[in-house]
Amino acid sequence: MRRYIVGRLLLMIPTLIGVAILTFVIMRAVPGDIVALRYAGSSVPQEVIDQERHILGLDKPMWAQFVDWMTSISHLDLGQSLWTGHSVVEEVQVRMPLSIELAILATLFAVALAIPLGVVAAVKQDSLVDYAIRVFSIGGLAMPSFWIGIMMVLITLTLWGWAPPVVFTPLFDDPVANLAGLILPAVAVGYRYSAVSMRMTRSTVLEVLREDYVRTARAKGLRETIVVVRHALRNALLPVVTVVSLEFAFLIGGLVVTEQVFNLNGIGKLLVDAVAHRDYPLIQALVLLLASVFVLVNFVVDLVYVVLDPRIRYS
Amino acid sequence: MVETEPRVAGERTSFADELARRRYLESTGRRRFVRFWVDFVRQRPLGTAGAILIIVMLLAAAFANVIAPYDPTAINFPDLLKPPSPQHLLGADNFGRDVFSRVVFGSRTALLVGFSASLVGCTCGLVLGVVGAYLGGRTDQIIQRLMDVLLSFPLIVIAIAVVAALGTGEDKIANVIAAITVPIVPRVARVVRSSALSVVQMPYIEATRSVGAGAIRIMFRHVAPNVFAPYLIMLTAFLGQAILLEASLSFLGLGVFEPTPSWGLMLRGAGMQFLEQAPWLAIAPGVAISMAVFGFNLFGDSLRDALDPRLRTG
Repeated sequence: MRRYIVGRLLLMIPTLIGVAILTFVIMRAVPGDIVALRYAGSSVPQEVIDQERHILGLDKPMWAQFVDWMTSISHLDLGQSLWTGHSVVEEVQVRMPLSIELAILATLFAVALAIPLGVVAAVKQDSLVDYAIRVFSIGGLAMPSFWIGIMMVLITLTLWGWAPPVVFTPLFDDPVANLAGLILPAVAVGYRYSAVSMRMTRSTVLEVLREDYVRTARAKGLRETIVVVRHALRNALLPVVTVVSLEFAFLIGGLVVTEQVFNLNGIGKLLVDAVAHRDYPLIQALVLLLASVFVLVNFVVDLVYVVLDPRIRYS
Repeated sequence: MVETEPRVAGERTSFADELARRRYLESTGRRRFVRFWVDFVRQRPLGTAGAILIIVMLLAAAFANVIAPYDPTAINFPDLLKPPSPQHLLGADNFGRDVFSRVVFGSRTALLVGFSASLVGCTCGLVLGVVGAYLGGRTDQIIQRLMDVLLSFPLIVIAIAVVAALGTGEDKIANVIAAITVPIVPRVARVVRSSALSVVQMPYIEATRSVGAGAIRIMFRHVAPNVFAPYLIMLTAFLGQAILLEASLSFLGLGVFEPTPSWGLMLRGAGMQFLEQAPWLAIAPGVAISMAVFGFNLFGDSLRDALDPRLRTG
């Protein structure tokens, strides 16, 4: 087991280095750098531009820039945003609470919707209820979450004249205002992601319901609810846990469009802005951060498997 | 699809016999194909509903210039933001352009991007998956690590990067397609590889090798056709995803550009700006996206059940 853990951790390193190189190269291949963008349209002499590039280190050869970046990362220094001048850590710190809170709310909503519906659909397989639930969930997959968001704003606006607040309030300043701002995006995103977990719940519960131990539980005369919840669902949850955690990892940085619709200043928006500004240190740090979260969550999920299911052994 | 009847040893087949035999095989092949779809329609109402949605969309795209009452790019200021009426079935936008015509023509953009991205992406994934599984060893390791790198990029991030790198513009639809193709590849490669791994172990592969077939021949004549079911399933699944992604990218301003009629683009501009004043601008393209993706998802789901009941939904 220890060997497995060490091996997996070591395997992350080449993946993350690959991510770092790819981000670095792609961003440098994008035409225009921050200096060019900043002075676009104005008649600034070429010397000033060259000087600015020199200060930012953008005139060095690409490999030298990469070595610089890697050296500073190894000192745990992520550098500064070229656009705002603040340190990258600071920029991320401001947005992280919002993104994490939104991801948690959306995941909670998704799970609360997905597990009961998935179980009901499995228990009533091929009935009208099953079809209705499946159509509902495939619908969630089909509608872009940003559009669900727009429609929800439209509905609350026309029915109650209420629109989510434009300014974000931190959770601890005013919890009600905070939730008012996040509830619609959380529901919009949660509905979409509940679809995947719901389908997973349905198919694994269906599989588990055919197992011998479920028949045994029924034969003992247990009530059907207990059989389903305690014997079937508990054993079916494992793959659902995987799907939910991977979605969670994705939600932290992946809500680019939803953040745009609800005017939320989260990690996704930060990334889009950083790409638009060619803010190399910020882009690189963000992509590396998101990739690390993804890789780590993947790894933790595999470990959780062992805890939840003693039959699984890694070697 | 090769069905050979037991033949008596030493029997000589004349040309006519051969022809008759071939015709028989072809007819059974066709009959099997028809039988498959008849069963599909009978047993899978949801999948059939999806297929109907897809056919409607294909027809809309093919006959867009017949169906659409107006030129989708024709600007007509007197009709500015007109609500739905018999003249403009779904109203008019902030340039007075007919929303219904734009939705109909938008199906062309959606299908073009969806089909090309998922076809190219899934085919690259198929090749990488099969090559990795068959060759194994270091090649497999390298491919897998590369796929890991692509996988750990959030989908939208990689799309943004590709679009930013290649540039966007009115006639740069190929860049949007490329951006959407990239994230599809690793996902398909992974699934195909795991299916191909078991195929590679099969005795018939061993047999082909002992007959002296080369690696390339074995991979693409013998392994690839046997992982065709997951490939087909992923193809329909990613078609819907690609359409969604195109809408998201266009919505962000990183995809298709005006005046090309694209559903995501319609939501981006006027759809958001005039939400209260002219909600039809936001409703119509959103419904179009949802119905299209819904159709492909329903169809893909049922196709998966019909082709390979063991594959689990993700």
